[in-house]
Amino acid sequence: MPEPTRYDAVVVGAGPAGAGAATVLARAGRRVLLLERGPFPGSKNMYGGVVYPRILDGLHPGWWDEAPIQRWVTRRSTMVLTETQAVTVDFRTAAWGRPPYNGATAYRPDFDHWLAGKAEADGAHLLCSTTVVGLLRDPDGRVVGVRTDRPDGEVRADVVIACDGVNSFCAKEAGLFGPVDSAHYTLGVKETLALPREVIDERFGVRGRDGVDIEIIGGTGDVNGGAFLYTNLDTVAVGVVLSLSKLAAQQRRPEEVIAALKTHPAIAPLVEGGEVKEYSAHVIPEAGLDMIPKLIADGLLVAGDAAALCLAAGIWLEGVNFALASGMYAGETAVEALAAGDTSTAGLAGYQRRLDATFVLRDHRKLRRAPKLVLSDRVQHLYPGLVANAVEAMFRVDNPRPKPGLRRILSAERKRAGVRRRDLVSDALSAWRTFG
Amino acid sequence: MTLEARDRERWPAMTFEDLIGSTEFDVHDRPHIVVDGTVCRDCSTRDCVVACPAKLFVPTADGGILFNYEQCFECGTCYLVCNREGAISWSYPEGGFGVVFRRS
Repeated sequence: MPEPTRYDAVVVGAGPAGAGAATVLARAGRRVLLLERGPFPGSKNMYGGVVYPRILDGLHPGWWDEAPIQRWVTRRSTMVLTETQAVTVDFRTAAWGRPPYNGATAYRPDFDHWLAGKAEADGAHLLCSTTVVGLLRDPDGRVVGVRTDRPDGEVRADVVIACDGVNSFCAKEAGLFGPVDSAHYTLGVKETLALPREVIDERFGVRGRDGVDIEIIGGTGDVNGGAFLYTNLDTVAVGVVLSLSKLAAQQRRPEEVIAALKTHPAIAPLVEGGEVKEYSAHVIPEAGLDMIPKLIADGLLVAGDAAALCLAAGIWLEGVNFALASGMYAGETAVEALAAGDTSTAGLAGYQRRLDATFVLRDHRKLRRAPKLVLSDRVQHLYPGLVANAVEAMFRVDNPRPKPGLRRILSAERKRAGVRRRDLVSDALSAWRTFG
Repeated sequence: MTLEARDRERWPAMTFEDLIGSTEFDVHDRPHIVVDGTVCRDCSTRDCVVACPAKLFVPTADGGILFNYEQCFECGTCYLVCNREGAISWSYPEGGFGVVFRRS
């Protein structure tokens, strides 16, 4: 333990949330300890592969010149797959390939390492290879520090910020989560496949540092979920996000779902020949607003995945930006509370206000219905076929038969897919209410 | 060539051991997850066996579960899908140990 073992704030976890919180506290002149259980920040962290760093404009102006990104996403596709078909909406813009950019592919062990390094440069004490095994509480139950797995590893602080990820034992130990419901979580698994840079450029139709983000629905077979394909400089990331309960119900192994996706006629030509560089997995807090725990206790704030602040809303898949922002707001709140000498629940109430007033909780409230809708059986198993068959019917030229009208096609395909008109209308309304 | 034969050519048979062999693990002596096989004996669903992305739960002939903590992603899937109280004791590995995802 670096001396002294008493700090103004201890941040558990040096991911984006933890690095954001520690940076804000260190800049305010506070003594802050940033704890990381991995050998380096980011070593335990895995995601699909796209980060939206604009929230850094204020914290690290000019971040794009130094952030270890792989490619800037200038091409974004949404793909609907059936076993043999694919319908793709493909968007490109040159604007996202120059400052201030939009999304970027990046390896988390690179990106998180860089971010935590920034916090360290600002004066935070970063201590890696240190697992937090419990909270220190005073007789009133107030959090007054953490217990680590180091010898004499107790660290006392006026405020603890739990950024310890989706399994957050800190938040659970503090009683901020209700009973854990596995239906609120999905499993993300991915393969990172090595391909020469020019092969990736060629296959995905990009040049230089431009990259592609493909979000896929219907690519996970009989398991509800989603799939993705992202370009890094000389690897592509192909993976799936799977409903835990459906995975078990269908008796399908996660790696089999990826293997099937890789042989899909629309995906195989993009990834074939790629040698597996790394196989990885992580759990995602998928249920949005409905699963967010209490975020404040006496002496404790919770941010990032630990607070289930992750937006898995079909066409929007974001997490690192919510982690960064919630971490920064937790840091600001802690600075304010430390200055006022009150880090009780009441003294830390500014955290909730900050999250409520910004995109962090506004996006979650707006998209509250999205996770359920996107993972619903009709969206997962009936609509992809309906859409793909309708498009196939529209473009099929089977003369001498004259072209059918669009209305006739849609009506026929709806019946063929076994979708009741009233369910379709109700889902369309629900989609409009969710995304509109 | 059939589609399947072509797929086999594109994706030369990769065993699960090869797949997870691509991931780096710095294994500590102490198992960070302990499975009480006696609790698993009367479990008929065994969701851990199918859901664990590292395939660490293996059913044994005598109806038990064989568990190995070494190539664990520390993801939490097993305790989330487990519906038997006390079957899985879950914690993180010692600081610095366990899965290490790669930098570029």
